[in-house]
Amino acid sequence: MSSLAAELSAKAVALGVPLAAHLDLTYRCNERCVHCYLDHDDHGELTFDEVDRLLGEMAAAGVLRLTLSGGEPLLRTDFFAIVRRARQLGFSVKLKSNGIMIREAEAAALHELCLESVQISIYSHRAEVHDAITKVKGSLARSLAAARFLIGQGLRVNFATVLMRDNARDYPEVQALAHALGAGFTLDPTITPHLNGERSILALNVASDDLKRVLHDERVAGRLEESCAPPSDDELDAAPCSAGHSACYISPYGEVYPCVQFPLASGNIRDQSFSAIWRNSPQLAEVRAVRIRDLPVCSSCPHATSCTRCPGLAYMEGSLRGPSAADCEKSFARTGIPTAAMRLRH
Amino acid sequence: MSDKFIRRSSATAARALGDEMIVLAVADSTLFSLNEAARLLWEAADGRRPLREIVNEVIVPQFEVDAETAYCDALELVEQLAGHGILELADQPLEQADA
Repeated sequence: MSSLAAELSAKAVALGVPLAAHLDLTYRCNERCVHCYLDHDDHGELTFDEVDRLLGEMAAAGVLRLTLSGGEPLLRTDFFAIVRRARQLGFSVKLKSNGIMIREAEAAALHELCLESVQISIYSHRAEVHDAITKVKGSLARSLAAARFLIGQGLRVNFATVLMRDNARDYPEVQALAHALGAGFTLDPTITPHLNGERSILALNVASDDLKRVLHDERVAGRLEESCAPPSDDELDAAPCSAGHSACYISPYGEVYPCVQFPLASGNIRDQSFSAIWRNSPQLAEVRAVRIRDLPVCSSCPHATSCTRCPGLAYMEGSLRGPSAADCEKSFARTGIPTAAMRLRH
Repeated sequence: MSDKFIRRSSATAARALGDEMIVLAVADSTLFSLNEAARLLWEAADGRRPLREIVNEVIVPQFEVDAETAYCDALELVEQLAGHGILELADQPLEQADA
């Protein structure tokens, strides 16, 4: 993070401004990725008018950076109208998509709308591996074609690879492919439990040895998408991450959460304005009250101020003040030093 | 006397944060923090009003500075912002882009 970005982020927290928001426009998807944590049925998505009102409220509340995602957001027939409205309201818009529906015309339209970047999920350079993960034959070719169309328009594209057992050895080739096409690359070593609490997809996580190898791989150093940077300033008095402090997540049904990976329901924009939820939600107040010093196990951990502990994953494991096993595993894989939570278990 | 016209670049995003204006250049995600004078110029940069008129009506009353000094400072500032690609600067009026 640049010094100005860090300064503005700190100012946003001090002023209580949500500088960034992630809005999933739909959970519907045209892929069926084996590791996906979403229910793809439509349970009553926000209408265009509701999204329009939400965007206006978020702009008034101070949101600058808006990530639009899903599901596959381009499945909404009003997708481009929503992006256009977001740009008119002064948001910087990032898009997360599988790219399947992005051809030349869509890429040109996204260029015209001046998106900040487009992230496309690429799981492997091998079609048989990528397509087996998405369960859509031909999906790798479609996603790569989308990347070429977007890059051809001058848009910035990032490949995002979620690391799992089936593609554990493929990320260097995906990174090389990204480089060859002029795209960026991030690697996410975290499988998120299903939003309904079901945890069987965690079996897709890479084995400990593979995780250790990846975390020591200099080729991907600094490119690991671990959702939040570790605390750096006031150490134990720091907030665990930006979730609920200067960032939040809104589901396709209007539910507000601290983060996409933190399913603590904090209000619904169908019942209250976005600003009222952001200012008054007891759940967000509870999240904001937590400091690393308050964490009963993690505050005494040798990794306390270097860990990328995700409070959302911890919440899904039982307590937003508790440890996250996935992050304990990563801290251990990086350093070989057991975490406080690991020591307690043994 | 010839004048200049300024317009916010369409390849930007902007939001007020407290007393400053944050501008983000979407091409490379560079962030800019505009001080009060730059913010006033940014907000008035509709491509149609001449820079001298903006300075006389917006900057001079706010900062109690003589018009010519304010214009020279404003011109230097908008040239800097144009150099970063977040503002367009022209000798003729510019149409306001609709994102």
